[in-house]
Amino acid sequence: MQRGWFARRSPAERVAMDEMNDAWVKCNGCQQILFARDFERNLKVCPRCGHHHRLSARERIALLADPDTFVERDAEVVSADPLGFPEYADKLNKGRANSGLPEAMVSGTCTLSGIPIVLAVADFAFMGGSMGSAVGEKVARAMEYALEQRLPIVTCSTSGGARMQEGLLSLMQMAKTCAAAARLHEAGIPFVSVLTDPTMAGVLASYASVGDVVIAEPGALIGFAGQRVAQQAQVVKPPPNFQTAEFQLEHGMVDIVVPRKELKHTLYRVLRFFTGG
Amino acid sequence: MRTVLDFEKPIAELDANIEALKRITAEQGIDKSEEIAALERDRERLLREIFKNLTPWDRTLLARHPQRPYTLDYIRVIFDDFIELHGDRQFGDDGAIIGGMAWLNEKPVMVIGQQKGRDLKERQRRNFGMAKPEGYRKALRLMHLAEKFGRPVITFVDTPAADPGVESESRGISEAIARNLREMIALKVPIVAVVIGEGGSGGALGIAVADRVLMQEYAIYSVIPPEGCAAILWRDPKRAPEAAEALKLTAHDALCFGVVDEVIEEPLGGAHRDPLTAAQIVKEALLRHLPPLQKMAVSKLRESRYERYRNLGVWQSVLE
Ligand SMILES: [Zn+2]
Repeated sequence: MQRGWFARRSPAERVAMDEMNDAWVKCNGCQQILFARDFERNLKVCPRCGHHHRLSARERIALLADPDTFVERDAEVVSADPLGFPEYADKLNKGRANSGLPEAMVSGTCTLSGIPIVLAVADFAFMGGSMGSAVGEKVARAMEYALEQRLPIVTCSTSGGARMQEGLLSLMQMAKTCAAAARLHEAGIPFVSVLTDPTMAGVLASYASVGDVVIAEPGALIGFAGQRVAQQAQVVKPPPNFQTAEFQLEHGMVDIVVPRKELKHTLYRVLRFFTGG
Repeated sequence: MRTVLDFEKPIAELDANIEALKRITAEQGIDKSEEIAALERDRERLLREIFKNLTPWDRTLLARHPQRPYTLDYIRVIFDDFIELHGDRQFGDDGAIIGGMAWLNEKPVMVIGQQKGRDLKERQRRNFGMAKPEGYRKALRLMHLAEKFGRPVITFVDTPAADPGVESESRGISEAIARNLREMIALKVPIVAVVIGEGGSGGALGIAVADRVLMQEYAIYSVIPPEGCAAILWRDPKRAPEAAEALKLTAHDALCFGVVDEVIEEPLGGAHRDPLTAAQIVKEALLRHLPPLQKMAVSKLRESRYERYRNLGVWQSVLE
């Protein structure tokens, strides 16, 4: 990962960079102190334990899109506060400041190793990547654009689930995004869903699970119920790898678990199967 | 044991008094009819008053009322010749979701619904109405069966949530719900969903994608239980009544958001006071909504179902 491999840095990234000015970072997996430059070069994957740290939407796009090919769409679609929900306006402001993004989802078009695609990427720094009306709208529009242009679509999710602060309207985004996915399905437009840490609840139980191919990053937390709810409900003791990418792979819910450094090439190979030949 | 909610207590007291007077009439042959009539008038006035001023939390408790009619109670009254069908043909049969063939006034329909239990044993068997992957997959199997033979689908929604346990996770609860959402949008026969109790987040939605969504007056529909919301917001589940307010989970709210097409009236004091009348009102609503849908061309039906969900949500367009 070269310096300046993405043009705009969000405040969250800048804070991270400031820490890295000290040239050292601590791995969230093994707690080892790492040389920041090695960590960045290794795509924020710990060179010692392989822990995959979260990427921002911009970093993820830089990882997957060919240089200078990403053209953002629907950037104007942002959240409102339809319920007048307590503290929501503040949380939206914090989300914007934290992520440097207007919304928890960035979508657009690009080429991936030369293949033109629609790409929609979530950002966890914006309210935990949660799906409210605006995120649902952006996913649906991205899918509709893919259908209209007959382009394959790749989504990268990182989300705690539906956004509580928009109540029932957030819940309905699950149906809305799956409605758009249904049209892709019928039209035979390839849809590849990449699950990154974490992909939970209302996002996993909607569009993220209905990709033609579902790819997950190693160690990513992937599950339906939040850990707290799941713990309370346990009659059966959860295995040590409960709700990880590897657990989901083992239980047949994920097609491939792919290390980050191979993600782009794997996507290329999958997309080429659908579009090439 | 009958459950009496706090705000129902004044009514329960009047009921007890009325009962006592009736007993005196029966046992001692003393005519108390005037006093009884007076108390019954008071009772009705009190009911109207209490039920006019229900808070969202009161409604949450009513939606979860242990005496509230469940799916099977509605099926018994509304339909004829219900044949329950079992199993998802992949793993097993889930007691939390029931379904089968039935007749609605001489018309064949497929009925599917979440089912809670009445007593402890049945509650466990039905997992408190929390469906597992095999429940959603059974529901989808029956919907496809209905589609194959051109029968409309009617669903009854009443669940706190989908089952959050290890087994459900292992068998793909998220995938099961997601697939239902995608398949229901595209189903070639009409779907009418009725929220009769708790519309608990994705677990409810997994059988509630429909051409018409109806909701009973004292049912709730929410993205998260108020207790969970309060725990996240204020780290205090006891503040659930405030969370219920903030979540806008009442039938009226759902109607305003366009999530629900009609609020179905309940008998005075809630469906649990008069399950038979409650079911008859639901039946009347189904008979009103289903025939126009059955007359629609399949392409038009699917198009308008798509648009219905495509247009849900409130966001803003801000040009930087
Ligand atoms: Zn490490």
